[in-house]
This record gives sequence, C-alpha cells and structure tokens, in this order.
Amino acid sequence: MGIILAVFSGFVLALVTPWTTRATGRASGWIYSVVPAGITVYLATRVAGVAAGETTRVAYPWVPGLNVDLSFYVDGLSLFFALLITGIGTLIFIYAGAYLRGHHHLGRFFSYLSMFMAAMVGLVLADNLFTFYIFFELTSFASFVLIGFNHDEAASRRAAWQALLVTKAGGLALLVGFLLMEQVTGTLQISAILETGDAIREHGFYTAIVLLVIAGAFTKSAQFPFYFWLPNAMQAPTPVSAYLHSATMVKAGIYVLARFHPVLAGPDLWIWLVGGIGALTMLLSAWLALQYTDMKGILAYTTIMALGLLTMLLGLGTETALKACLVFVLVHAFYKAGLFMVAGAIDHSVHERDVTKLGGLRAAMPATFGAAVVAGLSMAGIPLLFGFVGKELIYEATLHFEPAMVLFTAAALLANVALVASAGLLVIRPFMGATNQLTAHAHRPDVGLWIGPAVLAVLSLGLGLAPWLLDVPILAPALSALMGMETAPYLAIWHGFNAALGLSAVTIALGVATYMAWEPIRTSAPFRSLERWLGTGLDNGYDHAIDGLLALARAQTDILQNGYLRRYLATILVTTVVAVGYGFGYYGFEGPVLSFVNVASYEWVLSVLIVGGASGTLFLQDRVALVTSLGITGFGIALVYLMYGAPDLAMTQFLVETLTVILFVLVLAALPALNEAASIGHRLRDGAIALAVGGMVTTLLLAVLHQPFNNRMGSFYQEFSYSEAQGRNIVNTILVDFRALDTLGEIVVLLIAGFGIYTLLRLKRTPAATADRSSVSTPTIEQVSS
Amino acid sequence: MKVSLILRTAARLLVPLMILFSVFLMLRGHNESGGGFIGGLVGASGFALYAMAYGTDASRKALQVDPRTLMTVGVGLALLSALIPVATGDAFFQGLWTELPGGVKVGTPILFDIGVYLLVVGMALVVIYELDDDGLSLFPRNGVSTPYVVGETEPSPSEPTGS
Repeated sequence: MGIILAVFSGFVLALVTPWTTRATGRASGWIYSVVPAGITVYLATRVAGVAAGETTRVAYPWVPGLNVDLSFYVDGLSLFFALLITGIGTLIFIYAGAYLRGHHHLGRFFSYLSMFMAAMVGLVLADNLFTFYIFFELTSFASFVLIGFNHDEAASRRAAWQALLVTKAGGLALLVGFLLMEQVTGTLQISAILETGDAIREHGFYTAIVLLVIAGAFTKSAQFPFYFWLPNAMQAPTPVSAYLHSATMVKAGIYVLARFHPVLAGPDLWIWLVGGIGALTMLLSAWLALQYTDMKGILAYTTIMALGLLTMLLGLGTETALKACLVFVLVHAFYKAGLFMVAGAIDHSVHERDVTKLGGLRAAMPATFGAAVVAGLSMAGIPLLFGFVGKELIYEATLHFEPAMVLFTAAALLANVALVASAGLLVIRPFMGATNQLTAHAHRPDVGLWIGPAVLAVLSLGLGLAPWLLDVPILAPALSALMGMETAPYLAIWHGFNAALGLSAVTIALGVATYMAWEPIRTSAPFRSLERWLGTGLDNGYDHAIDGLLALARAQTDILQNGYLRRYLATILVTTVVAVGYGFGYYGFEGPVLSFVNVASYEWVLSVLIVGGASGTLFLQDRVALVTSLGITGFGIALVYLMYGAPDLAMTQFLVETLTVILFVLVLAALPALNEAASIGHRLRDGAIALAVGGMVTTLLLAVLHQPFNNRMGSFYQEFSYSEAQGRNIVNTILVDFRALDTLGEIVVLLIAGFGIYTLLRLKRTPAATADRSSVSTPTIEQVSS
Repeated sequence: MKVSLILRTAARLLVPLMILFSVFLMLRGHNESGGGFIGGLVGASGFALYAMAYGTDASRKALQVDPRTLMTVGVGLALLSALIPVATGDAFFQGLWTELPGGVKVGTPILFDIGVYLLVVGMALVVIYELDDDGLSLFPRNGVSTPYVVGETEPSPSEPTGS
C-alpha cells in the first residue's frame, strides 16, 4: 500500500497544483516539496529491510487477460534510484518555487514536475514490463511538456518535439524488445525475468533483444548518435534541466540497462556495443562541452559525458565497473544538479549565463559560491570529495578490464581531463576575478535558490570524507541486484599509491592545463569542426531526417489522397475486386451457374431498365442526362425491393433517389461548365471497373446463396418483434429497439456529416477564414521540421 | 423567368400534405411500413419542394427552426430515449412502454424514432439549403427562378462567380 502511495501521490499532486498554487503563492515550492520529501522518508524506512536482503512486491491485476499487472518491486537497485529521484526532487521543488516565483503558470509547472517525478518513481519501481513501459513513456511525455514549458518560444517548441520524437522512437524499440523478452521468458514480471539466468542470452532472439533495449536506453540517455536532443532540451526552465536532464530522466536509460543487466550483459555484443558506444559518447561530449560558453551548454555536454561514462561502465560489467557505475550515478547527481541550480541562480540574478561575460560573483552570492566550489571540486575529482571516490573507481574499473584496458583507460582519462576543465569554467569563471558592469549589481539570491546546491554540496563533501557510510545500506543491495548475486562492496578514500591514483593526478594536472588553454582550444580549427560535425551537425541531421519523413508523407499522400473522388472510388472498387477475386482464386468457387429460365417478363423489363440506366452513364455526355440515367437504375432497384417483399427498403430507396437527384442537380449547377467529356479510353476503363465489380458481386451472391441458409435471426425477430418490442414491423423494431445502439451510432455519424458539410460550404464562402486556417495549421509542421 | 405557376400552386397544396404524411409514416412505422428515417426523408422532400417553388429563404421561414437545431435536438431525443430507462433502473436502451387511455401505446422507442426523424429532416435540409446558398440556381430568388437549363454553359449573372 505504501508503495502505491509513493508512486501515485505525485500524480495526485499533479492534479491539485493547478488549482492551489494561487493560494500557496510564494511558499508553493516549500509546501509542495512535502510530497517528495514524504516519499523520500517513506522509502528511507525501507532501506534497512532491503539491506537485510528483503524484497517487496505488490501487484494488482490490471489487464488480467494479458497478464498485465500494476506491480511494483522494491529491491536494492530500484530503491537506490527511487531515493535519488525523490531526494533530488525535494530540493528541486524548493528551488523551482524560488526560481519561478510569480510565474503566471507556476501551478501548471508544478503539475508537470510532479507528474514527471511520479512517472519516474513508477518507472524504477515497476515490476511488469508493461507497467515499466507506460511509466517510461510517461517520463518522455512529462519531459516534452516541461521542455516546451515556454511554449511561446519557437526554440522551446522545437526542442520539446525533438526530445519527444527521439525518446519515443527509442521507447517503441524498447517495447518490441520487451515483447521479445516476454516471448523468451514467458513472463511479463520483471523480477521473474531477472531469475531466468541465461535463458535470454542463449536464445536466438538475444541479439534482437539487446539491440532493441539498447535503442530505447540510448535515445533516452542521450548516447551517440542520439545525444543531440539533450543540449536543446536546455530550453527548459533551469529547475527542469537540473532535475530531468542531469539527475533523473536521462538516467532512465541507464536504469533500463542496469535493471536488465543480470540477464542481458556478458556476451561480446553487449560489452562492445554498450561499452564502446558509451566510451565514444563520453569522449566526444567531454570535449564538445569545451566548445560552449553558455553554462547550461557546458552542463548539458558534461551530462552526456557522464551518461556515456555510466553506459561504458555497464558495458564493461565487471564488479568494480558496476560499483563505479552506481557510485558515479550518485556523484554525478549531486554535483550536476547542484551546478545546474547554481547556473540557474546566476541566470536569475544577472540574466546571463555566458562564462566569458561573468565574473566576480562570489561577493554577491556567497552561499551559491560555496556550493558551486564544492560541486566543482567533486566534478573535477579532487581528493576528499565524493567525486574523487568515483573517479578512482572508474580508473580501477578500466585498468582491470583485460580485453581492452588501454583503450578504455585512455578514453576515460581524456574525458576526465576535459571534465576538470569544464568544472573550472563553471566555477572559476563566474565567481572569481573582478566584477564587471553586468555582475556588479547582482542581487543576493534568496534561500530557495541556494539551499538545494548547499545540501548537495554537504552530501558531496560528507560522502567524500566518509564514503563507507554507503557500503551496507545503499551500495551492497543495489550492487547485488545489478549483478544478480550477493556481494559486499566497500568504499574507501584511500586505496594506497596505485595506478588509479597516478591517473587521477595526471587527470588533474592535464585538466588544469586544458583550462588554462581553453580559449585557444575552443577557437582552434579541429575543435571547431568537431562541434560543427558532431554538435550542430547531428542536430541538423535530425532536421534532414524529419524533412525526409515529411516529404515521404507528402508524396504518399499525394498519391493516395489526391482529391479526385473518381480515383478514390476506383481504388476502393479495384481493391475490393482484387481481394475478393483472390479469395475465389485461392479457395475456388462453389455455386450454381447463372440460369435464365423461369424469369418473368416484368423481371426482364426491370433488369433491362437497371442495366440500361447504368450503361447510360457510360455513354451520355450531358450531366443532367447522366443523373437521370443513374436515377433510372436507382428507381429500378427500388422496384426490385418492392417486388421481393421489402417495402421499407423500397420506400427508403425511392426517397433517397429523389433527394439524390435534387442534390445532384443543385451541385451540378454550381460546377463550372467545363468541357470534360470523358475520352473513349476513360469510358472503357470505367466500364471495365463497373463490369468487374458487378461480376464480383454476382459471383459472391451465387456462392453465398449456395450455402445453406440459417434463418435463426429471422425467426427470432418474427417471434419477439411484437412480444418484446411492441411492434409488428420487424425492420423498424430492429432499428429502434433491438439494435437501437447501432442506429444511434448511425445518426450521430449523420449529425457529424451534416455539420461537416455545413462547415465546408461556409468555409468556402469566406476566403478570409480559409486563409486564417492555413496560417494556423502550417506552423505545426514547421515546428517539427524547422 | 418566373417560377411555374403550376409548381407554386401545387406546392401550396402538396407541402402540408407531405409533412403530414411524413409524420404519419413515422408514427405508423412501428407496425406498418414507415419509420423515422423514411418519414424524415419525406418531410425533407416537402421542404425541398417548397424551396423549389418559393426559394430557400421562404422554405427556411416555413420551417421556423434552424435545421442544425433539428439535427442536434434529434440526436438529443434519441439519446434521451436511451437514458430514460437508465433513470428508472433498467438497462441502457431498454424499451419502456405504457398504454394511454384509449388503447394507444407510447414508449421510448417512439421517442427514439422521433429523434431519427428530426435528425434526417435537419441533415437533408442543411445540405439542400447550404448548397443553394452556395450560389446555386435551381431555387428561385425573389420570386424569379434561375433554373438550370440543359446545355447552358454560362453561369447566370446573379451567381457569385469564383466562389
């Protein structure tokens, strides 16, 4: 029950905030943060139990027929991530309240933010593949509305679309991967799948499953070549960037890889794809970060770097690597969320985020400065901070990865060097040096804007000094779940003089050098072209892909939806003939041969009328003559109904024919008098189609009538029409009583059609309205493509 | 060209009869041939005939209600007939019948049929009226017909062109 509450209280809050924020006003952030704080406290009470090896599973049947449960599973790994999400969430709520104080859509913002948090908690706790997938998609959706929060800016809208399309595409791949997993393991329950050992690895679907799951994880967690959406997502208000795009949402992909690590990891495919792409992403983005001067740009690329690093560690898959991965998730969340909030506080104070234009802010923002220094030192991996512990573990992991020790160690070293330089840019540039006219008037940020970074700084510092506090309660259960076996990791600040320490020293030295040489590096040609190809280049590639997709859609629409009624009809009729004809060709025709004996003379007359009317349409030129000819066929068919005992049908047919002729004449009069007499070729073609359809229907009827006729329905209605529906006219009792729901559906369709016709005819009359409409509808496409 | 006197005179006589007949068709439908759909078509034809003789505006005036309102009310009545049994605790669309003094039976299916009737009248007339307003020539304007003549290719001057 508590777990259900933990997941869904965020959704409840999301429903409430739009209405209550007016009342909560300036204190909104503090008040709403009670919810994530409460969930954090609740989850924290679970820590001791989970550390003792206990797991909890709650399940409610959702779609029992498909084995879809709304089920949640608390083990070391899910608790680890859930605590991170709600813990950081608490700080973000407080921060957002201060950052967006007085924003006219503050209620909406908190609604989206709570929805996101709840989706994320649901995702990490989910124990059913479908529950998992739905929460996964919900996080994408929440991210979409949060990135596009400033929806009056074109750049925000584009970024939101981009993030949505990229992550949803990956999400679909993930769904297929999940379905294959279900095929292999025979269950949708994640905790059961994790127990299947080598079942997936030994199955023929293994490669497909890995590729699909990786596609979902890589798009979500911004791996090469999909990372282009994440820097653009920085269009979101800074609290969103701090929460979604550093600490949590982007980690959803990491969580996918981690969750299924026990059953997927191991084979070379996994090691080289996950490890390799991770390393590549890490290396590229670390150096791309140095191309930017906007604090959020630098933060975005260093976030991608961190995600690449985590992915790489999951790919390596050794115990040290996985331990490093978990530790670095925390390290990164603490310093990156802190630095994002610092960047936002600076932006809030001086309305500038460009590190080359900032300086000397330490006096105006002392608390923020303090938090930034600690976060920066942790990011750079300076001893006595949590980041140092993380970096030592990373080097240890790559150094002990036998198959490609040099490759991964070199990549990690180079990436970390750039990271040190980025840390310098983010902390030294804005706060040190002299104030300039921009920063001289910086106002002191209020407590909501620095409390979050300060708390995170305390964590970075405290866990840097005493990392072993994490060993038993957090790290051991999480690592055990990640590896699928019991393990007892330990963390220490001092591992003796070893290779990892040496690499740390080299990293810091080279990092400082890189920081010193930042300007020349940033403007040098090779790095410029790196950015041009793999930064904006990939982003432009996305545009080309979307343009291509739209062009394809347009091309096929032009063919299929060409606006010519005659082509639609021809397409429908020919398709039907081909489909039914194929059926006859495949199963053979069984039925009587057409026989013309015993045809009464008046039946001959009628047939001649009907066929003559239809044929007339092929040969007549004048429109009114055409309509009349068609009318003859229609009335002839009505007479057939009358003769064979269907008076209601006949009456309807007569009336419809009459009204149709009137409508036709009305419409024909409005048509321009073009000389559109069809050529002989067209007439032959139309005649051929008509003959084919007629022949097909005749054959079909003969075949159907050949089957024994079961009149159960007829006798049912005969028996009950009067006793149940109080009517003797069976047709009518069917229409208004037995199948009244169908009739209701039909008249609603007529209603909609009536209003549709009305609107179309009115629209045409006012050209201004048409112009308005097109100017409204086109930007939707531009948003996606431009 | 003036509208044919025969048509105008006949319409005066025929239209009320057609409308009466349409209601008759609708009501008898439960036991004999007829019903809301057929009745509705006859009713709509009546107003269409009136429009041919006297013009759309006169026909609209005779109808008194906007045909769009008729459509909406029709679907509303049909829905109501489905909801009345729900209110009394029966199933959605359960037919409820009661006998009035004099042996006339009324029930929710009749209400449903009336809904269908109104919808069909409204829908058909929306299309006919709107097409005529769209710059057509079949129906007379100001007592003068602008009929479509077989073989005529010039649009008549009174029509807005290029619309």
